[in-house]
This record gives sequence, structure tokens and C-alpha cells, in this order.
Amino acid sequence: MDRPLAVRARGITKSFGEVIALDGIDLDVADGQIHGLVGPNGAGKTTLLGLLLGLAVADSGGLEILGTPVGRALSVPDGVAGFVDGPGLYPSLTARQNLAALLALRGEPTTGIGDALDQVGLTDVADDRVRGFSLGMRQRLGLAAALLTKPRLLVLDEPSNGLDPAGKKHVYGVLNRLVADGTSVVLSSHRMDDVEALCSEVTILATGRVVFSGPLSKLAAENGELDYRLLTSDPETTRRLAGETDGIHIVDGIAAELLVVRGLVSALDELVVRVVQAGIAVRELAPVVSPLEAAFLALTEQQELNQ
Amino acid sequence: MTAIVAPAVARRVSVARGYRFELVKLVSQWRIRVIVVACWLAPAAFVAVVSQQSSLPADTLFGRWMHATGWAGALVMLGFAGMWALPLLTSLVAGDVFAAEDRLGTWRHLLVAVRSPRRIFVSKALASLTVILLLVAGLALSSAVGGLVAVGNQPLIGLDGHLLTGGDAAGKVLLAWLCALAPTLALAAIGLLGSVVLGRSPIGLLLPALVALAMQLAQQLPLPVAVRLALPGYAFIAWNGLFTSPAQLGPLLIGIAVSLVWAALATTLAYLLFVRRDFTNSTSDGSGRRAITAGLLPLVVLFGITIAAVTPAIGSDAGITQTKVQQSLAIEFAHLYRLQTKQLNRPDVTEAQLNTTAECTKGGGQDATVGPGNDWRCVVTWHLPDVAAAGTAIYQLDVSADGRYSADGDGPKEVNGYFQVRTPTGDAPNPLWQFDGNVELLSASPKG
Repeated sequence: MDRPLAVRARGITKSFGEVIALDGIDLDVADGQIHGLVGPNGAGKTTLLGLLLGLAVADSGGLEILGTPVGRALSVPDGVAGFVDGPGLYPSLTARQNLAALLALRGEPTTGIGDALDQVGLTDVADDRVRGFSLGMRQRLGLAAALLTKPRLLVLDEPSNGLDPAGKKHVYGVLNRLVADGTSVVLSSHRMDDVEALCSEVTILATGRVVFSGPLSKLAAENGELDYRLLTSDPETTRRLAGETDGIHIVDGIAAELLVVRGLVSALDELVVRVVQAGIAVRELAPVVSPLEAAFLALTEQQELNQ
Repeated sequence: MTAIVAPAVARRVSVARGYRFELVKLVSQWRIRVIVVACWLAPAAFVAVVSQQSSLPADTLFGRWMHATGWAGALVMLGFAGMWALPLLTSLVAGDVFAAEDRLGTWRHLLVAVRSPRRIFVSKALASLTVILLLVAGLALSSAVGGLVAVGNQPLIGLDGHLLTGGDAAGKVLLAWLCALAPTLALAAIGLLGSVVLGRSPIGLLLPALVALAMQLAQQLPLPVAVRLALPGYAFIAWNGLFTSPAQLGPLLIGIAVSLVWAALATTLAYLLFVRRDFTNSTSDGSGRRAITAGLLPLVVLFGITIAAVTPAIGSDAGITQTKVQQSLAIEFAHLYRLQTKQLNRPDVTEAQLNTTAECTKGGGQDATVGPGNDWRCVVTWHLPDVAAAGTAIYQLDVSADGRYSADGDGPKEVNGYFQVRTPTGDAPNPLWQFDGNVELLSASPKG
């Protein structure tokens, strides 16, 4: 079964003077999915997003967006929308005027503005000047601007920056609805919880190279031992059981009632079974560092060591 | 196996839409709104109020005639605009049109939407040009309306003393403002260049005003005529030549041509630098030593080439010479003498009958009789029909480096002293008492 691609990049390189921002990047973004792009500062995320938005041209390599090869000109096909380094908004215009000006620029009717503002939860401030908007409100308005173009590929840089929980909920909802309707989304984020909550696939960049690209589940499976916080109704017995379980190592506890253990998922499963069979209630079990974050740290640190 | 989704086409935003977008952004700024309103209302109020005052701005060209005709106010405003208003307005509009996107961090948004730096440049240049034209039109029309309402459509006394009818004055005033558009365009182009090259720097915003100030200072210095004419702001002065008969078109046409060449070159440089800019680096606003050199050097070269090109065209006796001062003063005196004769209800005489001549010295006869200075002293001689003796009158002249002069009557007081004469708009000072004139800086040509 063929898997349609919204983005297909092969051997992309991009340098700025002596600085190599992208060094032979391969990237496949499946159609109708949210693809996360993570990496430390200077990994090349923004440059890659810039290429997808037509803000820069690759020095070499092949890039196809929505089935259209991107040439040497600063141009990407219709259907691509989004922002990098925050949305571009004009503070002297109201939220509605910003969107109307954008639509007028594209020669499109202004009928969808109310709906777009409603989707991102900005209906109440539609006629307020953007000058007074918070960072989170600007992010949401930027997303509304992108929605108005009915994108087939949405490229977002740190979309949850500055968002409060309600704003984040709006944005998550919008992105999930878009994907359900067949839109592809590429987003970069420093927040691993965002990536884990939204993305089905992820690409990890380090020093301009791809160190991992694929489903999140594969990343977690490939990951080695993780630290888990375990809170039970009987910490003493749990500690004893953990010591008796093969493949589980006890890490010094943060607090007397909280146990931190290290091991593979399979060993952790064994420990949980033993604890439950001993009549102990499991109140909390969570990785100290998320699998994605752990993988991110491991892969990027390894890449930096290799440099 | 993978498959690519159905191809999508790349579609760029047209210049017309980009232009409207830029206009919307410009007029949404309170600063632009305020100056548009000010340019359409303030000149009318200024001219109307000043025209009703007993003390007139006599040190400004045509200022002394603001009681006499409504058209003088529009010319006073033009003189003021050329010095201050237009450079500042071009700074606020063209000088900020690119830098504003750097300040707001909206370049990437704009590029994603428009998809063509070329079209963005053209849209921004056209939008800022539109606003500047709107401001200039406001200054011109408002000041003219203010003068006409306050004083009326009376004849205007030209810079050689001849009378322009209301209709002629209207045409000349309109033409003078149109001529001022050329240097305004040059300043606007310099503003675009500064906005592109200097980015967020305040110098970029103020560049047209600073350049205009430097050019004004240069015009006050005793520079060679070729250097003076090679400056793109010279047309802000050269419109004076429209108000003589025949018009002093040589300096005006050269000034306009130089301004337009500067406008074209500065715009081209701004365009080339803009389309080569790297927009992926959000911390860079495109400025840098290399960009500044690339923007400045061609203009310096153009300045040098213009001086070389203008030099052969200006003639051997270019500048302020004794012959030209004498000729200009004699002609103007003759025209104004006829006017005074009419105002005093004396029998009419013609300029030919008066056969006016002037003899001028500079620095009490000790200095060479060339160049600017307030130490010119002239004796005007004229003849009246059926009167054997020739009349004489003395004038002190203050001649500026740009060719403008003001003449102050120094006797006899019955001829050029201060006294009131009756005019259609009320009592006014004797026209031969104090008046302004203009010496053509290019080679002298016969006038009458």
C-alpha cells in the first residue's frame, strides 16, 4: 500500500556562509498526519521549516511539497501555510482586519473569518487591535490566519508558545480536526509533551542531521532503560519487590514514599504484576523523563559526541 | 513504497493585491493618518491666518505678497515644504516602509503570503509613493485654497516684477508643485534605500531628512554651480525660475532630470539589495557594512558623473556675476515701476520707455563683483517720456548662493522708500521699497 507524502526531502543541504544549517536531510511527511520536528537549538529546525514555507532555497538536494518539486525560486505551492518565529501580525490592525487583509491579498472572500476566529477561541477579541494581544493570543491568531488559506500542509514553529491550558486545548483541537480532514502538519516544538500529545511521527535533528525519523512508538521501543516514578500504598514492600525483580534497579528515592526505578518496559511490567499480586495499590507510575525526551537527549547527545 | 500527493501549483499574489495590502497597512498607522489630516488642513489654516496678519514672512520667497494674492501662500508653503515638510514626510513614509516589517518581525509572514520579494518591493514602493503623493497634493491644494479663501484670486507679482494674472498664477503654482515632485521622488527613493539598507536603525528612518538637510546646507555654501545642480534637491529651489518672464527653465530642467535619475538609481539599488536579502535569519535586518557600501557607492559615483555632465552645459559665466545681477535688477525695477505708477494713478509708461539700467558694485567696490553676499549695492537708472533728466535709485542687495536676492530701497524715499500705496486688496507697501528677485545661475540670456 502506497503511503501518500506531503513532503519528500532527499539530501537537503543549506549553509549560511561557513555555517552548515542542514547537512543531507532526508524527510518524509505522510499525508494527513502531524509530524513533529524536534532538536536542540541550532539543529536546523527553523531552516528546514523555512524551506517548507518557501523562505529559503536549499543549496542542494531534492524537495517535493504536495507533489510539486520546489525549484530554485523562493516559491512553494499553494496549500502551504504556517509561520516560523511567531506569526506575522500587524499591531495597528484588529484581529479581524489582519485576517481580512490576508484574504484580500490572496484575492479570496472574507466569509471564513468568523469561523476561523471561533476555532481558535478569539471571537470575543475579533475587533480589538492586535497591539494589545498576549503572545498566546497572537499564536492563536496566527493559526487562524493559516486556517483561512485552507492549507493542505501546515507548517508551525512552536505553536503552543505562550498558550495557557485553554489556549493549548483550542490549538490541539484545531490541529486534530485539520488532520482528520486530511491536512498534513509539520510542527517544531521544544515541549515534548506537545509532540507526544499531537504527533504520530517525529524527526529528531541534531547539528543539521536527522538522528531519528519515524513513528513515536518506534522511538520508544528503540529506547533503552528509563527511570520511572512509582508511588504505591506500601513503599517499603514495593522497594523490596523491586529489588527482587530481574532487570529493575532502584534509583535513590526522591522522597520516602516515592520510589524511582530504572529498567526496560518488560521488567517494569513484571514489577507492577508483583506489586499488585502483593495487594499493594499502585497510585502513580510515570517515567521521570518522557520516552521521547529521553530518546531526544540520548540521540542528540550522541550526535554531538560524534561531531 | 510511498506516493506523492496530487501536485499543487504555485500561485503568486499580484502586484495590485500586494499594493492594496500595503496601503491598508500604511493608512492603519495613526502616524500616517495624523500627517494626512495635517497636510490637508494645516496649510489652509496657516496661510489663511498669516495672510490676515499685519506682519508677513517677508524673509520667505513670495511671503511679502501674501496680503496681495491668495497664490502667494501656496508658494510660501512650497518653499517651506521643500526645506522641511517634504523631507520629513518622505522619511516617515518611505523611510519606514521596509524597516517596519523588521520591527514587527513580519517579513516571513509576508513572504509566505506573497511568495515574491520582487512583488513585495514593487507593492511597497507604489504604496509609499501613493501616500507621499497624497500628502503633497494635500499641502498644495490646502495652501492654495487657504490663500484664495483668505485673500482671493488676485494677480501675483513674479520674481522679475511682472504681473501674472490669477489664471497664470494658478498654472504656475500648480507647475511649481509638480516640479517639486521630482526631488520629492528622489528623497522617497533615498528613503526606500535607507529603509532596506539600514533596517531597524533610526538613521534609516531619518535618512531622507538628513540628506535633505545636508543638501540645504550645501546650497548655502559658495559651491560651484555644477555641484549645486548635481544635487538631487536643487529642484526644490529651481522652481523659482518659473516666476520670471521668460521662465528660467535651464536650471529647473537640469534639477528635475538630476532628481529623477537619483530616484531611479536609488530605487534600483534598494530593489537589488532587497531581493538578495536572506530572510531566514530573523536576527538580521539586512543591514551591514557591505550593504551600506553597495547602497552608497553608486550614488557617490552618480554625483561625480552628474557634476562632469553638467559642467559643459552651464556655460562660462555661470554663477552670480555683475552682469546678471544688473540685468535682473533692471528688469525687475522696470516692471515694478510700472506697477507703482499704476497704483499711484500716474500716466502709464512702458518698460521700453523706461530703458532701465543698473550699475552694481560689491563690497564697496573693493571686492570682485561676483558671488553671493549682502554687500551688493546697485544704482538703478531710468528715463521717463518728456523728462530730460534720468531718474536714479539706490538698492542694497542681499544675494544668496542659490541666486535668490532681496533688494532693499535706499533712496530716494519718494521712489523706493517705505510708503503705502492703494491696491485692489487694500493699502500695501510701495512695491519698489523691498522686493525679491532671482539671478539665473546658468549663462545669462536676454530677457525682457
